[in-house]
Amino acid sequence: MVMINLIVILLAGGLLAILSERISDTMPRKVAMAVVLADLLYLLVCLSGMPEITQLQAPVANDPSTWLMHFKADWIPAFGISIELALDGISLLMVLLTLVLGAIAISASWTDIVVRKGFFEANLLWSLAGVLGVFMALDLMLFFLFWEVMLIPMYFMIAIWGHENRGYAAMKFFIFTQASGLLMLMSILALVAVNHSGTGVWTFSYFDLLNTEMAERTAHWIMLGFFIAFVVKLPGFPFHTWLPDAHTQAPTAGSVILAGILLKTGAYGLIRFAVPLFPEAALNFSYPAMLLGAAGVVYGAVLAFGQTDFKRLIAYSSVSHMGFVLLGIYAWNELALQGAVMQMVAHGFSTAALFMIAGSLQERLHTRDMREMSGLWQQMPRMGAVAMFFVVASLGLPGLGNFVAEFLVLLGLFQVNVWITVVAATGLITGAAYSLLLMQRSFQGEVNKKWAEYGLIDFGSREMLTMTVMIIALIVLGVYPQPVLDAAQPVLQSLLELTATPAVAAVELAQ
Amino acid sequence: MNATMFSALAPILMLSLTAIVLMIQASIKRDQSVAWVITAIGFTLTLWGASYARDFTQPVTILLQVDHWSLFFTSLILLASLVILVLSRETFSPEGERKEEYYLLLVLSVLGAVVLIQSSHMVSLLLGMELMGVALYAMIAFPERGQLPLEGAIKYLVLSACASAMLLYGFALIYAATGELSFAGIGAKGAAAYAENPMLIMAGSAMVLAGIGFKLSVAPFHMWTPDVYQGAPTPVTGFLATVSKGAVFIALSRFYIDGALHQYSGLNTALVVLAVASMLVGNWLALRQENIKRLLAYSSIAHFGYLLVVLIALTHLDTGLISQSITFYLTAYILTTLAAFAVVSTVAGEDPAKQDIGAFEGLFWHRPLEASALTVAMLSLAGIPLTAGFMAKFFVITVGIQSGLWGLLAVLVVGSAVGIYYYLRVIFAMSKSTDGDGESANLLENILALALLVSILVLGSWPQPFIAYAGGL
Repeated sequence: MVMINLIVILLAGGLLAILSERISDTMPRKVAMAVVLADLLYLLVCLSGMPEITQLQAPVANDPSTWLMHFKADWIPAFGISIELALDGISLLMVLLTLVLGAIAISASWTDIVVRKGFFEANLLWSLAGVLGVFMALDLMLFFLFWEVMLIPMYFMIAIWGHENRGYAAMKFFIFTQASGLLMLMSILALVAVNHSGTGVWTFSYFDLLNTEMAERTAHWIMLGFFIAFVVKLPGFPFHTWLPDAHTQAPTAGSVILAGILLKTGAYGLIRFAVPLFPEAALNFSYPAMLLGAAGVVYGAVLAFGQTDFKRLIAYSSVSHMGFVLLGIYAWNELALQGAVMQMVAHGFSTAALFMIAGSLQERLHTRDMREMSGLWQQMPRMGAVAMFFVVASLGLPGLGNFVAEFLVLLGLFQVNVWITVVAATGLITGAAYSLLLMQRSFQGEVNKKWAEYGLIDFGSREMLTMTVMIIALIVLGVYPQPVLDAAQPVLQSLLELTATPAVAAVELAQ
Repeated sequence: MNATMFSALAPILMLSLTAIVLMIQASIKRDQSVAWVITAIGFTLTLWGASYARDFTQPVTILLQVDHWSLFFTSLILLASLVILVLSRETFSPEGERKEEYYLLLVLSVLGAVVLIQSSHMVSLLLGMELMGVALYAMIAFPERGQLPLEGAIKYLVLSACASAMLLYGFALIYAATGELSFAGIGAKGAAAYAENPMLIMAGSAMVLAGIGFKLSVAPFHMWTPDVYQGAPTPVTGFLATVSKGAVFIALSRFYIDGALHQYSGLNTALVVLAVASMLVGNWLALRQENIKRLLAYSSIAHFGYLLVVLIALTHLDTGLISQSITFYLTAYILTTLAAFAVVSTVAGEDPAKQDIGAFEGLFWHRPLEASALTVAMLSLAGIPLTAGFMAKFFVITVGIQSGLWGLLAVLVVGSAVGIYYYLRVIFAMSKSTDGDGESANLLENILALALLVSILVLGSWPQPFIAYAGGL
């Protein structure tokens, strides 16, 4: 029930935010913040009664009773569709990330949104609810439902409150994700039909479908449907073209949620569904997948280097960073998977912060063009210093979370394929290049006269507080990543065991 | 004929009675609002009749088949007709003009649709289709001032007559081959006749398919659709899109299932071609439409393409899941389309300029209820989860996968992906910020919009009761 409550609190909070606009103009954002914090607190209180995360027993992947939480109720019994939610270490990490970044996104919307505030905060809360659903649903139909439904509030956020080219960006975002969603729906139904023809039972439950027996060709095609759907969301090269537009045009809070959380649903889907459901097919496919990952790392970095738009640069850097996640997942050994999970968390914070800085700049300068920015540090030293921190975090400075993540991925990948590792490692160098370029162009250099007379306001206490939370998070992740690794480790261990059939082992040996 | 047969015919009798009462009323005192009330009472009584007839299901003579399936659809189209009736009240009430014939035509057309739904014989199929169609010509052309309605009516009349001729010729050929006119008879003797003379059966059923395809406006018989949709008064368009097309599809499925037409592979190929063409043409041409009624016209072409997939699957599956899927899909489609036309009718009325998608800008902020209803309708047509349209598509894909129709499903995915664009355009336009007036609809129309919105969402998010019900029909 805890998991249902988590979602319902957010949904109801959205309605409350709309209604609260009648009381006063500033009420919706306070209500939204209170709702998200209450949700987070509720989860923490419920967790405190459970065994320490560091002592988690390894959940058996296909036995829900070993998971942290499990809930199941009938929904459409005619097709064996149920409301089934479950929580293990990885989903817990993602849920926590979602709620924390949700609060940060609301903080980002504090002064950014000027019209229809109630409806905006409601959409924000509803998309958070959808994402929570994605991270907890273990009935494939329910998962698909959350997967699609979380996009509708996001669509509205881009289409109504976005920047100059919002219509195009919102449409592109929706069509890309919906079309790939349809592909996933077909794959889900095909998988269920295969299971039905084998066992005579209609079921959409993850736990029942895990050991579906099917022909190699069938498995390959169904797996490909899942793979494409998740990689579009990730986004992996060459399905990334919706991302720069959507991220650039979305309002700041929207970008924070998109980059910080929504992208992670793709990675989560790969770890949770695409590989475990079709272990052989997925691992036979690991070589092309890793190539796509490496291509994404390099391609995203090169394009980021060529951007003049502050937000677009960060957007392309996300393509590059998420390439590491794809690499980590398809290397499919413990180190690399740990790295992928770590990257999901660390990238969530660092990119969210950079998008917030971009949003603050746009709010003050009314432009995102870096050619018009220069020497902003002089006028806004606090913002400059914060930006410096997140830029070096994003380029992978040792001691911060992103470094741990990328290093682990490369380490794990090295055991699988040396040459792909070499290519991917260049991403660290190009990452340094575009990140420092971003810093140089906007905050360093000569002071632009235009802004000198403008009277720019530095970060205030609300913004500094938000940034401090993320700075602390990244430092902790970088210096003492053990809690995150501990939470993910048992889950990853059980997934690895699940897929370690003889055939897979043979494939790994061959490589 | 015995007494229980009359009980089984209750819906048809009630509708006929309503038509007669309307005519008598017109000869005593011509009054529009009285005619409206009589029609409303007539439809309600017919609804009651349909539930009364459920205890007397049987074949009534050789012509009609009264069973639970046909009674369910009878009730469904009567509900739809009631919605159309509510919408017609505003549209057909200009001062000083006499418009009560419209209601008589409406009743006759519904009568035709009910006959069509219950038909189990070529004669009743033709009778129903003509009764429905002839009344529709006049309904489309009813606002005699405009040019568009007349154009639409003439197009519909000429092409419809051609289609009927095709249909009749097809019947003749099939009769020549099998010596049967009832669906079941054709099913029983078809295979033997086919072995003897395949050309007659093939040509005959192909012509029947073409005639019905015209009424359903599946590609390539869709040419009339956008013009008629745009030209007809909005409630009539809604009637055409839901009642008329729904009834024709039921008749087609009966003919196809009872006549065992799926055993002829040539005919199946023809259906596949129709389905693929409709899914692609409908979605593709909808992309560039500015008028929302034209957009909905192309969207309906695509939706009947999706529905044909279910009929094609008949070669691999038994009729249980097939008829369940048809029931669910048609119900979802009719509810959703009604919601869309209800909003278009209340917001845009009969003014072509107001029917442009651009004219819907800012609707979210002026008229939240109507905008929400149209949004849900668009999402449902696009097949987004939690709406009835999604569950409908779920059925089609499930049926398709079980019969291994991968090619058709691929086209379905492509079509749906394209479709998202134009459905979203409408939503996007509504969400734009504009300053404007907030005129409001009357109470009845508001209740209607809310009821349709809720039923689409309920059918999509809690479909179990209806699935179970549809499975038992």
